[in-house]
Amino acid sequence: MTQFSPPTPLAQDDRPRPPSFYKAASGLKSWLYTLDHKRIGIMYLVSVLTFFLVGGVFALLVRTELLTPGHTIVDANTYNRLFTLHGAVMVFLVIIPSVPASLGNLILPLQLGAKDVAFPRLNLMSYYVYVCGALFALYSIVTGAVDTGWTFYTPYSTTSQTSVISMTLAVFILGFSSIFTGLNFIATTHSLRAPGMTFFRMPLFVWALYATSVIQVLATPVLAITLLLLIAERVLHVGIFDPAIGGDPVLFQHFFWFYSHPAVYIMIVPGFGIISDIISCFARKAIFGYRAIAMSSISIAIIGFLVWGHHMFTSGQSELAGMIFSFLTFLVAIPTAIKVLNWVATLYKGSIVLRTPMWYTLGFLFLFTIGGLTGLYLGTMSIDLHLHDTYFVVAHFHYVMMGGTMFAFIGGLHYWWPKITGRMYNETLGNIACLTAFIGFNMTFMSQFVLGTQGMPRRYYSYLDQFQPLHAFSSVGSYVLGLGFLMTAICLISSLKSGAKASDNPWGGTTLEWKTSSPPPLENFEEPPVVTAGPYDRAPAQH
Amino acid sequence: MSTATLSNNREYHQAHHFPTARLESETSKLGMWIFLATEILLFSGLFMAYSAYRYTHAEMFKAAHQLLDWKLGAVNTMVLIFSSLTMALGVRSAQTNKRGATIGYLLVTLLCACAFLVVKYFEYSHKLHVGTLPGGEPGHWFSYTYKGLEGYEQPWTFFGCYFLMTGLHGLHVVIGMIAILWAMFRSIRGDFHSKYYFPVELVGLYWHLVDLIWIYLFPLLYLVG
Repeated sequence: MTQFSPPTPLAQDDRPRPPSFYKAASGLKSWLYTLDHKRIGIMYLVSVLTFFLVGGVFALLVRTELLTPGHTIVDANTYNRLFTLHGAVMVFLVIIPSVPASLGNLILPLQLGAKDVAFPRLNLMSYYVYVCGALFALYSIVTGAVDTGWTFYTPYSTTSQTSVISMTLAVFILGFSSIFTGLNFIATTHSLRAPGMTFFRMPLFVWALYATSVIQVLATPVLAITLLLLIAERVLHVGIFDPAIGGDPVLFQHFFWFYSHPAVYIMIVPGFGIISDIISCFARKAIFGYRAIAMSSISIAIIGFLVWGHHMFTSGQSELAGMIFSFLTFLVAIPTAIKVLNWVATLYKGSIVLRTPMWYTLGFLFLFTIGGLTGLYLGTMSIDLHLHDTYFVVAHFHYVMMGGTMFAFIGGLHYWWPKITGRMYNETLGNIACLTAFIGFNMTFMSQFVLGTQGMPRRYYSYLDQFQPLHAFSSVGSYVLGLGFLMTAICLISSLKSGAKASDNPWGGTTLEWKTSSPPPLENFEEPPVVTAGPYDRAPAQH
Repeated sequence: MSTATLSNNREYHQAHHFPTARLESETSKLGMWIFLATEILLFSGLFMAYSAYRYTHAEMFKAAHQLLDWKLGAVNTMVLIFSSLTMALGVRSAQTNKRGATIGYLLVTLLCACAFLVVKYFEYSHKLHVGTLPGGEPGHWFSYTYKGLEGYEQPWTFFGCYFLMTGLHGLHVVIGMIAILWAMFRSIRGDFHSKYYFPVELVGLYWHLVDLIWIYLFPLLYLVG
């Protein structure tokens, strides 16, 4: 690994440097009352990873139950709760805040050359709102949990005897945390860019977070009112969604997916940003098609608002509406393909350095492409009628959410780990963990594509005997996947104690966060940076 | 942020991470506009639900809305429009260093908000009394029990829309009142002057939105036709 040639150091080591943000203040209060975006980002990171563990345990329990048809470890009602909690925890407590609120909070102001986000108090408040939402979710889990599926479809959610209201309130509250983060990032991006940083000199991670923030701000309020109406429906029996008193359950689906489809892009677009940064850094090359990638994030954000009906092809919506939604769904594939092709083009003739973040990125390219292309199958009405609500759908969105977002998130975590913690993790263990997770992931979900095409419906407690081998294969895959993440956790946590000290720029990155110390001081930069070139421009070879 | 360093000559009042006070003010206003967009989208769900049921149950909506008193709604509309005017004048006096006038205008705005809520209280208690309520399932205190709309399908859904829309709006009025009180308190303390008054402006923006939403709610609920 000798090909790393960090740019000539500007600051000599004998010059005293300001203390890192960890050392700038100490004590519990310095964390609980902090307005520093980096500390808030770290609190988010710890919370998100904790819930990732919780959601992961639910997933492993679900897969263990499905090892055999009929009863394996839990009864059918518990199984309903387990898959609902897996979905709700992973979507609302993990994936949505994962990249923006944790890595975004940590990195966005650094990449912009700012001292902090525009509204630091709002930032801290968004974290506490998140904690409050999480507490409601935990309350729901211990008081009977939810068995409606994470989508809360009526009439399940209006008739279920489980703790639906507290979970709905939890998601309602979590939504505000998401809105505050999005609002903050938009204002920060507009106002606090370093001198010289025009919009087209922003790193693509910033572009991605900007697009995501727009979706968060515009879509989440609609989820909020939907959930409020659902609570009103359960408490007051208003007759808007509940068919027993004249309500329309399809109206609920429209409301729900008007948020939840854009929410899919809240989950994946920040991942795109991470991938763009990592690929350019480890291919030692300016990103190919910078403007096209930046604009494709924005166009995904816009088109993403117009495709929600593709979740409802079998709900009885009109055929014309279905055709329009199907067509618009195909349109999303264009900006997405622009991104993938530009990433591949960036690799072409790059001098590729294979380190753990790059392995996750290559894994992402493979998995996300499968996830994206199978989305086109499902966006085709005639095929969707057969595959709707089968394991094919489950496999599709796991390839996008898990193979896409989570691989990008964990890749980004490795990429910025030295910057955040000031430590290097064990490269070998990182590589092995990545490979294990990649193999485990494909075992778990590739088999589910096959199960889906053979007619295995999602969310079923039991199944025909003929599906048993593939189910067992998938369950074993999930254990391998779990093992991979366990190794990742060991790799990262052990680095905190025994990792080598990280230099300012261990990967040879070109964006601004690599121009300050690792970890950065309280207000990020010793001297406010001035930007004179594009984010991925590399200095020409020395003469 | 807002209580950050206030230099002696009261010229600047900026949080440490903004290079200029002007940028802080501009950014805060941008943030408030984004927030107002989220508020409109929050209400949009209710407007959609209203539209869907007004479309499918047009006759019921027409019959049920006649149980609302449009005169009370009109009075409240006037009160809120007037309060928007006093709010705007309050912002203007903060900008021109007229502290007493700022406090006075904010107080009038606050009183208008109280008047609005008093009228709403009488409307709500009347509905509780006659049973024009949102509950579609009999046997609860909030169940629809009114006799007189027989022959119309699920009239409780109209009153569900009414209570949810005006209730959520009423909640915004209360939050607006807290914000106005906060701005008054800071005016009395003497925080604002012609170079630093954007917090009053933010409260004003929010209050105008609260009024604007009511201006849509009034015809939709009271003047169905």
